[in-house]
Amino acid sequence: MSILIDENTRVIVQGFTGDKATFHATEMIQYGTHVVGGVTPGKGGMKHLDRPVFDTVRQAVELTGAEASLAFVPPPFAADALMEAAEAGLKLVCIITDGIPAQDMMRVKRYLLRYPQETRTMIVGPNCAGIISAGRAMLGIMPGHIYRRGNVGIVSRSGTLGYEAAAQMTALGIGVSTSVGIGGDPINGSSFLDHMALFEQDPETHAVVMIGEIGGPQEAEASRWIKENMTKPVVGYVAGLTAPKGRRMGHAGAIISGEGDTAGEKSEIMKSYGLFVAPSAAELGSTVAQALATL
Amino acid sequence: MDIHEYQAKELLAQHGVPVPRGKVVYTPDEAAHAATELGGELWAVKAQIHAGGRGKAGGVRLCKTPADVKSAADALLGTTLVTHQTGPEGKIVQRLYIEAAEPFDREIYLGFVLDRKAQRIQIMASAQGGMEIEEIVKTHPDAVLQIEVEPAVGLQPFQARQLAFGLGGLTLKQVQQFVSVAMGCYRAFRDLDASMTEINPLVVTHEGKVMALDAKMSFDDNALFRHSALHEMHDPSQEDPREAQAHLHGLNYVGLTGDIGCIINGAGLAMATMDMIKYAGGEPANFLDVGGGASPERVAEAFRLVLSDKNVKAILVNIFAGINRCDWVAQGVIQAARDLKVPLVVRLAGTNVEAGQKIIRESGLPIISADSLAEAAQHAVAAAHGKTA
Repeated sequence: MSILIDENTRVIVQGFTGDKATFHATEMIQYGTHVVGGVTPGKGGMKHLDRPVFDTVRQAVELTGAEASLAFVPPPFAADALMEAAEAGLKLVCIITDGIPAQDMMRVKRYLLRYPQETRTMIVGPNCAGIISAGRAMLGIMPGHIYRRGNVGIVSRSGTLGYEAAAQMTALGIGVSTSVGIGGDPINGSSFLDHMALFEQDPETHAVVMIGEIGGPQEAEASRWIKENMTKPVVGYVAGLTAPKGRRMGHAGAIISGEGDTAGEKSEIMKSYGLFVAPSAAELGSTVAQALATL
Repeated sequence: MDIHEYQAKELLAQHGVPVPRGKVVYTPDEAAHAATELGGELWAVKAQIHAGGRGKAGGVRLCKTPADVKSAADALLGTTLVTHQTGPEGKIVQRLYIEAAEPFDREIYLGFVLDRKAQRIQIMASAQGGMEIEEIVKTHPDAVLQIEVEPAVGLQPFQARQLAFGLGGLTLKQVQQFVSVAMGCYRAFRDLDASMTEINPLVVTHEGKVMALDAKMSFDDNALFRHSALHEMHDPSQEDPREAQAHLHGLNYVGLTGDIGCIINGAGLAMATMDMIKYAGGEPANFLDVGGGASPERVAEAFRLVLSDKNVKAILVNIFAGINRCDWVAQGVIQAARDLKVPLVVRLAGTNVEAGQKIIRESGLPIISADSLAEAAQHAVAAAHGKTA
């Protein structure tokens, strides 16, 4: 088991024929991901990477039985692509795109409410590195070889910091069930809490690492939920202790604008709810080892 | 992106929000001329900078004659105004807004933000106008009225009426005016992809009219591609020149006060590395994310930017290559590091790491190699302090 994806998940790529999408779709296929086709409006009927191209997501779903998509769509068209995926009934869409207007994401989230919770599409991202179930399937742009298959879940706002955690764990012989990048934007498709709930239910996941950063209420919200509902140990870390107030630190969502937004405050909240807080980013792996030792 | 008060007022006026009559000027003579043209007996001379708190910092002056307006303009233009929002370096005053002063009886706070928790546009209003919202929330938490806008239908007049009646003390005519102001601000916020709009104060004038006496707007950088008119409102004089330069090259740079220059890929790893430097006893000079495609040109530009900060005593490069390959990044680093005068610590990880490290080793350059994040930070701090780790 793993969460969100495995080697049997039928995947399409939105924006399939673009250069970046082609490069990463090739990597995904090599990793073992079951890519069944792709969508590029106007190129339906073509073959690309030996797989069929469709004009609409709906056609792709009807003819391939696709359940998930990786969206490589430029910012102006991203909201449209996400709503199209939701309407076609995909269970999961992972969107890598950086630079989507926040109000577009607000409208996408509102649009999803049309569908009952049980059938509602889960969006992962935007502005993220994607999802990888180690050794099984990859829906994203991460270097697959740094992940060793195992029992720890990772959920991170930052892509490269997620890699850092995986590499430190691999060096200690600790493997990953699934790693999810929720992205660095102010409005995410899905939150820390959404994935924490999935990890709690996944029998293969024994512990989880949550890697946050400055800005927004997500880390605190997830920490409270963990305290009340989670039976598995959770390691927390928040980047940005040295970040000044009111300045955007690369990610659109990484900005200290109000109470509870700083790395210091978030780390304290995590501690107060019983998480194992890594004292620095260099101790992500060793803190996971400590958490696993309590099992 | 931030804009000036006069620009925000122009945009809000286009959406039906009443504002005082005013003119933007660049010289003392223009200021006096503007006062004469506007007419009346009292003028406000307002420094245009991208920060709040101008009043307290002496950036807003009331004048009774065009000659006074001229001398106030002379005193303000070219100065650097330091407010609690500018940071210690302040912001330069290059433009003034001359307004016909409107005597008023009452000040109201009206603010719009995109709330991250609710994922909705949120509107806040308070009868304690003139104070800052952070202060109002602290001192009068019950006095802040809040509503959320349902994105599918937008702000409804009944919601604006709830705010107006909640504020209390407004005549029926003023309630209608308030509703029209709130609806106009909302449309401007939505249509222009604002991230923040603040009218503080919104006043009721002696004559009983509801009017925006001040206005502040910020916009979502990610949405600027669809608002070409906003591009023209961009004022680079209000930005750190290094940040503006970085922006031109697709890099994200934020200047800080320490002495260890940072070049890192990924915003989260960049912040974490800065934290590691602090943890190891040093201070980062900057945040810099070179992004996913760390080509030799981008790496070279990153070195130029970091070195333009004269405080920098050592540089730390930390790249975790995903899409990038370490060998490719290493090529860029050794090219950029040829004539370097400060110590350089490089940590590479991820795809093709061995090939990358080999290139660094065989370059013959005095580059300090690190295998881990912790080691990289320790080496950089030692190097900046003139020691070898």
